[in-house]
Formats: sequence, structure tokens, C-alpha cells
Amino acid sequence: MEELKLIVTPSPHIRDDDSTQSIMFNVLVALLPVFAAAVYFYRLDALRLVILSAGAAVATEVTFQRVRQKPLTIWDGSALVTGVLLGLIVPPSLPSWMMVLGSVFAIAIGKQVFGGLGYNPFNPALVGRAFLTASFALAMTVWHSPFDAVSSATPLALGAARSNIPDLFFGSVAGSIGETSALAILLGGIYLFYKGTLDYRIPLGIFAAVVAVSILTGQDPVFHLLSGSLLFGAIFMATDLVTSPVTNWGRWIFGAGIGFIIMLIRIWGSYPEGVTFAILLMNAATPLLNRWTRPRIYGQGVKANE
Amino acid sequence: MNLFVILLSALLVNNFVLVRFLGICPFLGVSKQVESALGMGLATTFVMVVASAVTWLIQWFILEPFGLPFLQNMAFILVIASMVQLVEMFLHKTSPGLYQAMGIFLPLITTNCAILGLAIMAVQGAYSFIESVVFGLGGGLGFTLALILLAGIREELKFADIPKPLQGAGIAFIIAGLLSLAFSGFAGLVS
Repeated sequence: MEELKLIVTPSPHIRDDDSTQSIMFNVLVALLPVFAAAVYFYRLDALRLVILSAGAAVATEVTFQRVRQKPLTIWDGSALVTGVLLGLIVPPSLPSWMMVLGSVFAIAIGKQVFGGLGYNPFNPALVGRAFLTASFALAMTVWHSPFDAVSSATPLALGAARSNIPDLFFGSVAGSIGETSALAILLGGIYLFYKGTLDYRIPLGIFAAVVAVSILTGQDPVFHLLSGSLLFGAIFMATDLVTSPVTNWGRWIFGAGIGFIIMLIRIWGSYPEGVTFAILLMNAATPLLNRWTRPRIYGQGVKANE
Repeated sequence: MNLFVILLSALLVNNFVLVRFLGICPFLGVSKQVESALGMGLATTFVMVVASAVTWLIQWFILEPFGLPFLQNMAFILVIASMVQLVEMFLHKTSPGLYQAMGIFLPLITTNCAILGLAIMAVQGAYSFIESVVFGLGGGLGFTLALILLAGIREELKFADIPKPLQGAGIAFIIAGLLSLAFSGFAGLVS
């Protein structure tokens, strides 16, 4: 008798053209205006940091996978995206060796030890930044103003009263190289939203929580939205598909939690900025959010089994 | 307000596991599943709250008046051990599944240094009775939070392709380290 082959596959059965590669490509395109703004404001420093970070990230991924004799996955672009993201969230004067070290840590400890893309519980770029902040607190908080390398305080350190909102919007303030220009970040965000990569619930949850806490504590909400790493974190970091919840309610809670923790750290904490820590903390809560916001299966009543 | 500060401090800023590094043993031992982690966390929270109340009474009404502070450790451990015994008997009768899942780590709550540490810190901080109980509650909830966060992540990693030498405790230590890094962001939130 001829052997009968039945192929059973689990859902989803409807597929679209998105692949890891195309999504990562979209993110890189969305980062172009941010990168352009970084190069415009910080010139060679921006080029140096982003190239070093991206190169180190890809090299680490190759090394790790060669040693483990696993298939190379660098062409999906995820290591490149992590490297570029990390390069954009450091201060312009960061020494090159620290940049490389942070990038190696981000890929090795933040991603590869967990088995690669898709298993990392934390956003690798933010793991790299938190590691750098904890290890080199001084180098990670030396800021200087754009164009000229005059050291200067960030708007968050200066406070709302001494900051100019249009400067914050266009980006001519001191800060991490890719985070100062709200305009460039928003352009990238709109592109990602148009491409369907970005889920609006997470950034909106963050913004809503930040505005609510600002108003309740009598601070300027526009200043808090535009300053520091908030926009960059909300659009490029928190929306990482691997480390954010998959359910709609989970995403709202995830975003609001990030916004709340950011304001907690900004107003009362000893760090001036809390975006990195807030996103990492909510990354940690993501498995629990997925679990507790699991939608009701269609056809099953509320407590039907009782 | 002061009570709120004590609660927040014990819960997040000085989290017993992730910032003070106490009670690591059950933290790594019972964090494979969210359910048993939650059970363990709540059992520990109960012991912490009761122990902080009883040890406060013992410290200020027995040990201090009779000049016996050197018996502090012994007296406190005795209180904690009997509380754990109570929890154990209760769980054995009401929730055999959870009792099985926690295994040896249930009686080992006795030796969880976070609990003894909490009782001694409450004395050193010269907390009042209510403050001491709130401190115990915050510490217990902080312990529970750390435990279920780790358990949630470890559950997701069940099918991950983790390098052989790092499977099990190795990856748990790495996650715990990264969690601790994330919690360091709360530094300075309360003085």
C-alpha cells in the first residue's frame, strides 16, 4: 500500500510578506533621519560611534555563532540594528573602546547567551547601555553641545525653565547623539507606523502616562516628552517585537508602565533619566503581561465551565 | 507618608533579592514556574510579615528589658522556624500540589536569610511596630515580585537554544544579573 502522507501544521496559516529581514530593513530606513541628524549635530563623533558599534555587534554575532557551530544569522539584520541603536544612544565623547565593549556585551550577554534573536528577554541595545552606564558612569554622562565640543548640561539636568522647546524639537541641545532631535525620530516613527512595524499602543501608552504624571506633579508635559531619551526609547526601543507583549491590553499596560517608571526616576530618582531602566524593567514583566492579558478564546463564555 | 517610603524602599529601591542580594537560594530554586514562584513568594511574604511583628515584640519587650540582645539571632530564628512550620502544615492540608511543587524549599524558608535580615534590619532601623510590619510587607512583596519576574522569563526560555554550559542555573544567574541591573535604576528614589 502506498504510504499516505498527511501534513499537519499549526496556525498561522495566513502569511504575509514580512520577514525578519524586511522588518529590520524597515527599522534601518526609519533610523536614517535620526542618523542624519546625529551626523549633522555631532559630525565625526556620530559616524565613529555608530560604525564602531554596528561593526562590533555584527562581529560578535559571527564569532558567537561560529564558535557554537550554528548557522549564521547576521543577514537578517538584527545584530546590525542592535549595533546602530546602541551607537545612537551614547554621548558623543564616549571613547571608542567603551563603545565596542558595550556593543559586544549587548550582543553576547543581551542576546546570544539566550539562544539568539527571539529568545532574548531584554532589548539587547538597552542591556548594552545599562551595562555602560553602570560600568562607566562618568563617561556615560559627559555631554557636550552640538557643533562645537563645548561641554554642557542636558536639558533634563537644566530643567524645564531653562530649556527652549523649539531647540528640543529640532535637536540642537546636548544629549546622546541620536536622541536629541525629536523631529528626526518622529519622521522615523511615522515611517515605521506606515509600514505596519510599529504598534501605536506602546508609544501612546508611554506618552499618556508621562503626560498624566507631569500634570499631576505640576511639571511641563511637553518638556518631558521631548527631552532625554523618551521619544527615541518609545519609538525604537520599547516597540521591539521580541521584548514587548503580544496582546493589545498587554501593550497598553507595558507602555503605561514604562511612562510611569520614567517619571518616577526622573522626578525622584538619583539618575536624571530613567528610560533605559524603565524599558528593561517592563521587558522583564513582558512574559507575565502576556500571560495575564491572554484574550478569551472565541466561543468560550466568561467562566463557562463553572 | 513615612510608611509609604518604607514600603517603596523595601519593595523596589532596596529590593531584598535584586539590590541587597539576600535570599538568592529560593530565588534561583523555585523560579522555574510562575505558579510555584507565586506560591513561594506569598508564603515568604506571610512569614516576613508575621516574623517582623513577633520579632519586634520579642526585641523590645523581652530581649532589651532583660539585657539579652545577644540572644537576638537565636530568638529570631526560632520565631521564623515556627512560622514556617505553620505555613508548611497549612499548605500541606489546603494545597498539596503547591506543597509538592515547592518541595524542600518550603521548610528552607526558615534559612532564607532575607527573613532574618529583615527582622534584624527592622531592629537596627529602630522602626516602630507598624513601621516594622510595613517593612516586612514591602520586603515580602519585593521578594515575590523578583521571583515571579524571573520565573516568567525562565518559563519563556524553556525551548530556547541556550548554550549547553549555561543551561539551568547559569542562565538564571545571567537573567538575575540583568534584572538587578534594571533595578539599579531605582537608586536614590527614597533616601
